[in-house]
Amino acid sequence: MTTPVEVDQSPRTAEASMTRPSRASAVSRLLRWESLLVLVLVVLIVGGARVSPVFATAQNFSNLTVATMEVGIMAMPMTLIIIAGEIDLSVESMLGLASAVLGFLWAAGVSLWIAIPVVLLMGAAGGLLNGLLVTRAGLPSLVVTLGTLALFRGLASVVLGPRAISNFPGEFTAFGFGNVPGTPVPWPLVVFVVLALALGTVLHLTWPGREVFAIGKNASAARYSGVRVARLKTCLFVLSGAVAAGAGIILTSRLSSARADAGQGLTLAVVTAVLLGGVDIFGGSGTLPGVVLAVFTLAILQNALRLADVSTQLQSIAVGLLLIVSVVVPHVVIRIRGGSR
Amino acid sequence: MKSLRELAARLARQREWSLVALILLLSFGVWLKAPQFLSAANLSQVAILAAIIAVAAIGEALVVITRNVDLSVDSTIGLVAYAVAELLRQHTLGVTGAIAFGICLGLVLGMINGGIITLFRVPSIVATLGTLSIYRGFAYLIAGGGQISLSDLPAEYIALARASVLGIPLYVVVAAVLTLMVSIYLRQTRFGRQVYAIGSNPEGAAVLGIRSRLVVFAVFAASGCLAGLAGVLWGAKYGTITAGAADGVVLLVIASAVVGGVNIFGGSGSVVGAVLGALFLGLVANGLTLSRLSQFWLQAIYGLVILVAVAADAAIVRRLLRASAERRRAITATEAPQP
Repeated sequence: MTTPVEVDQSPRTAEASMTRPSRASAVSRLLRWESLLVLVLVVLIVGGARVSPVFATAQNFSNLTVATMEVGIMAMPMTLIIIAGEIDLSVESMLGLASAVLGFLWAAGVSLWIAIPVVLLMGAAGGLLNGLLVTRAGLPSLVVTLGTLALFRGLASVVLGPRAISNFPGEFTAFGFGNVPGTPVPWPLVVFVVLALALGTVLHLTWPGREVFAIGKNASAARYSGVRVARLKTCLFVLSGAVAAGAGIILTSRLSSARADAGQGLTLAVVTAVLLGGVDIFGGSGTLPGVVLAVFTLAILQNALRLADVSTQLQSIAVGLLLIVSVVVPHVVIRIRGGSR
Repeated sequence: MKSLRELAARLARQREWSLVALILLLSFGVWLKAPQFLSAANLSQVAILAAIIAVAAIGEALVVITRNVDLSVDSTIGLVAYAVAELLRQHTLGVTGAIAFGICLGLVLGMINGGIITLFRVPSIVATLGTLSIYRGFAYLIAGGGQISLSDLPAEYIALARASVLGIPLYVVVAAVLTLMVSIYLRQTRFGRQVYAIGSNPEGAAVLGIRSRLVVFAVFAASGCLAGLAGVLWGAKYGTITAGAADGVVLLVIASAVVGGVNIFGGSGSVVGAVLGALFLGLVANGLTLSRLSQFWLQAIYGLVILVAVAADAAIVRRLLRASAERRRAITATEAPQP
């Protein structure tokens, strides 16, 4: 009785045992999930166009995407982290820290050509801290990143205090809300698309991507099969930190203002997008295209509600409901089909 | 199995006493730097603020022990605080009625969480992430950008925050009584043991015939109810209430539980630990203010405290495990030649 219990003590296996019973044919379910999201997206676009004549214009498209790109960009590495069975709650604070440090360096007279790489490196270092605490010290990522959520935000306010730095050069701010010349495509969208393509390829078409799924399904089985679990997870956290710092630079550029409290509460939006995209919160399943669809669904929903003069308060209720419904519906469908255990 | 339980109990005990020692040490340090720390006014201020967080942390500890998490507490606190204040401002209800309403509202919000989680088997982190924004949305909806200030509220309600029983602030008495009650309940009743059983081994609990879903529903209802009470206390203490009240407090509540030694993967920890954790974090904030260090450091220090607490936990568990494994190896080695 005692020997198997001893094996069960590592927090990672405890987490793995939280996995829900496997559902009928995961692949077909996920395909259905994504087609459902496409359907929702189409309904929203048609509905949005009926609500307001402004909706279907290129300018509005550009506005709604640019406003949501920080969330979308951070959702990309978050997808991989959640599929690997971990979570990174600290992204919004890393975004704030990146904004604060960028502002601090600029105010101190450092060229942006140096400041931006420094900020990205700092993001990677913050992610490395998360990753090492999770993989080497064996601590639960939920608590570690809750700690660094407070830590990074605290450091941001130590660095910049309550001030806002806003005298950035025009070329820098143009990157945040400018479009690619001659098109209605904003620059942050380009960053998002490149990141989505790169991570989507890695996750779904390469060996390391398969390993991410393997870790999320069963970390100890993956380890015994020769997957370097600790190293891969650490890499994911480093990526998440660096990308969050990049999102901080984009937000600073878009608002042309660096503040320590930038992006407060964005982690909620990021995790919502990932889960709405059909990723299992306990890891092991999900697709990156699903999350991309979810990012746009959320963006269009919020934009359509805003154009329909629905208050921001109701929008947050709608997003919360959407999150819960997205998890409840598949459950109910499976139960009706008799797939419940 | 027995050694596991002993291990958990030993860890929890160790954590409570080391926290008490840390609290005394920190108090001593702050007192050396700022003698006004020990003034009655300051001590009761610290205790009252910690008591509000502690009440919510009791509920969070219950939830976390069952291997779940309740992220919606700060929205519940905010919604209840605003709703109660609004009812009092419009004189719809008397003070007692409004307080009862606030606690019941919290209970209902908790039951909604519990219902979503147990009926539809939604992971608690997802469900409460959703209700976190839904409940906050409702708070903004009824507030409509408005703000309730001290002068709008009846004097008896505000007086709660200054009331005392035998010289001890009422808030502290409430938190202490609740801690004691829930603690005894967890230790001495069948339901209390089931809470631990579900968190430490869900499959095993199911085999034993424990109705996990009922217990999980109950702890979420309790967490909502306690968050509702914390909302009532919050409103009376702060007086000025907006729909954004208590935004981000969930971090402090979960941190209290974690610092207090409640294992985030469930199965071990104590309510007393969570309450001591709330007191410790409150002291850190007060110490920072009194020693005139910049408030900007507060969040960073909270973060470090959380990281150190979990790291210490993991280190202790690992050491105890190694020790018990060695003991077992020693026993088998001596028993082996016997037959």
